[in-house]
Amino acid sequence: MKDAAAPKDAAPGAALLLLAPTKWRPWEYALWLLIAATPFVFAQHGALINEIAILALFALSLDLILGYAGIVSLGHAAYFGVGAYGAALFAKHVMPDPLVGLAVGTALGAVLGLLTSPMIVRGTDLTRLMVTMGIALVLYELANQFGEFTGGADGLQGVVLGPLLGRFEFDLAGRVASFYSLAVLFVAFVLMRRIVHSPLGLSMQALRDNRLRLQALGMSVNARLTTVYTVGSALAGSAGALLSQTTGFASLDVLDFHRSADVMTTLIIGGAGWLWGGLIGAVAFKVLHDLISSVTTQYWTFWIGLFLVLLMLVGRERLFRPWTWVRRSAG
Amino acid sequence: MLTLIFDGIAYGMLLFVLSLGLAVTMGLMNFINLAHGAFAMLGGYVLVVLMRQQGWPFLACLPAAFVAAALVGALAERTLYRPMYKRPHLDQVLFSIGLTFMAVAATDYFMGSQQVNVQTPGWLSGRIELGSGDWMLGMGRYRLFIVVVCVALALALQAILAFTRFGSRLRAAVDDPRVAAGLGIPVDRVFLLTFAFGSGLAGLGGALGVDVLGLDPSFPFKFMVYFLIVCSVGGTSSITGPLVAALLLGLADVFGKYYVPKLGGFIVYGLMIAILLWRPQGLFSAMARK
Repeated sequence: MKDAAAPKDAAPGAALLLLAPTKWRPWEYALWLLIAATPFVFAQHGALINEIAILALFALSLDLILGYAGIVSLGHAAYFGVGAYGAALFAKHVMPDPLVGLAVGTALGAVLGLLTSPMIVRGTDLTRLMVTMGIALVLYELANQFGEFTGGADGLQGVVLGPLLGRFEFDLAGRVASFYSLAVLFVAFVLMRRIVHSPLGLSMQALRDNRLRLQALGMSVNARLTTVYTVGSALAGSAGALLSQTTGFASLDVLDFHRSADVMTTLIIGGAGWLWGGLIGAVAFKVLHDLISSVTTQYWTFWIGLFLVLLMLVGRERLFRPWTWVRRSAG
Repeated sequence: MLTLIFDGIAYGMLLFVLSLGLAVTMGLMNFINLAHGAFAMLGGYVLVVLMRQQGWPFLACLPAAFVAAALVGALAERTLYRPMYKRPHLDQVLFSIGLTFMAVAATDYFMGSQQVNVQTPGWLSGRIELGSGDWMLGMGRYRLFIVVVCVALALALQAILAFTRFGSRLRAAVDDPRVAAGLGIPVDRVFLLTFAFGSGLAGLGGALGVDVLGLDPSFPFKFMVYFLIVCSVGGTSSITGPLVAALLLGLADVFGKYYVPKLGGFIVYGLMIAILLWRPQGLFSAMARK
């Protein structure tokens, strides 16, 4: 934390206050150790762990955009899908190395994010909502139309990856895949921590809360939003790349609207605006999904919908702290 | 050619009736209601059930669809929507997506997931043809009926907004709810009535559209984008804006699908992004005029 140290003449109290949340807490180390242990303990559930890790990474990337920068996006699947198709096509036609493919997927997400960010930074919430959704829809239509390239509605099949680091072959049980995705998730998490607590991240939060004031203070709001949006898109691209690499398959589903809605639901369940939100949300979402699906396969969206409505009506704080219900009615 | 234009207009008018309720709630309460399509779907299913199982005549089902959707809308406004007005947009979006998920799954449960359709009455099937050659105008009777009903509705709504007491109260409440409340206008009741009426219109549009748009449980998601396009492109401060936007959208969609079917929805979405970049507040909003 040396590099983030405040100027010497600033009040030491303020510096401590600003730096306090940047420290890694003991429970964070503990949680990461637990996460790293899961593929060993639940070796037979490798595919599920892989899925959760990818969803967590995707939610993390949305968290940066939505939770920290306050951009309401209903089209985050666009970047996920570009990463997925990019990595799949790269592995199929150019080179089967997973890490290079991951880099390609990430880069594609970043480029698309950079290209589309001028449309995102302007306008009101409604306009942004529409534009983000529109971008995802346009990409969906494109992927559908260029069928000879993307496989169209049948999906892109026959993606075969080389061994990870030239050593570990991807196995059917998804063990290597789960380690791979968790490692990428960890790197992204550490990166996000740095960004969020950097001056850039702090100014993002200030911007989210009061845009006008930041402008008055002389910050170039649009440049900052563009940077953050690009980073978020890049992470979404890497999540997509992980998905198509580990499943060996990319279909139109990666660009579908329900994916954008799902990832938002995930993030909201876990809590937007803090880094663990995406991770906790991903675990909760997948567990909820499996639990409800085992009871009613077809209608599980009803219960997710009900959960969202209740969460919004009652409020996160009160829903997860039942003991405050009594106090409130008493006061 | 003329036939295409006519079809586009019919489609656009239908979209207008469907999205008008959304435009008004958006302008009035500044509330992003993604669940609007659910009310339209409700209207559609009311029509289907009444016609098929109760044997009601088509014309009697349309008002029934309106009333059913309006009642459910009023109920939902009172119990669910009101606490959400003051919340951030993100909360509203998630809340209404949740509602839509519930509506879709519930409809699937009760009505089955397959697409349903109805038999339109004999006097509405077939088409009228005028002129000949390249300039032949073929009008499906049902589409003509839609245009007539929707034009009548648009005129009536404009008249209500412009000339009645309720209309002036509504416009005052849209412009500034606080001042309107200070002047003794019962803003809450105006909100309630407007929401119910908007939902009713959506229900009516859904009922009218069963034959043209198709109806299945995924209806709210399939057409949500279209409703939102109409509102965001048209702006939410007048009736004219959404009307023009809906007509544009209808024409663009019909022409696009006819001439370049390969591009599909691409044209519509691309056009929307372009317009929103040019005028982020919508083509006809009050902000753009100032």
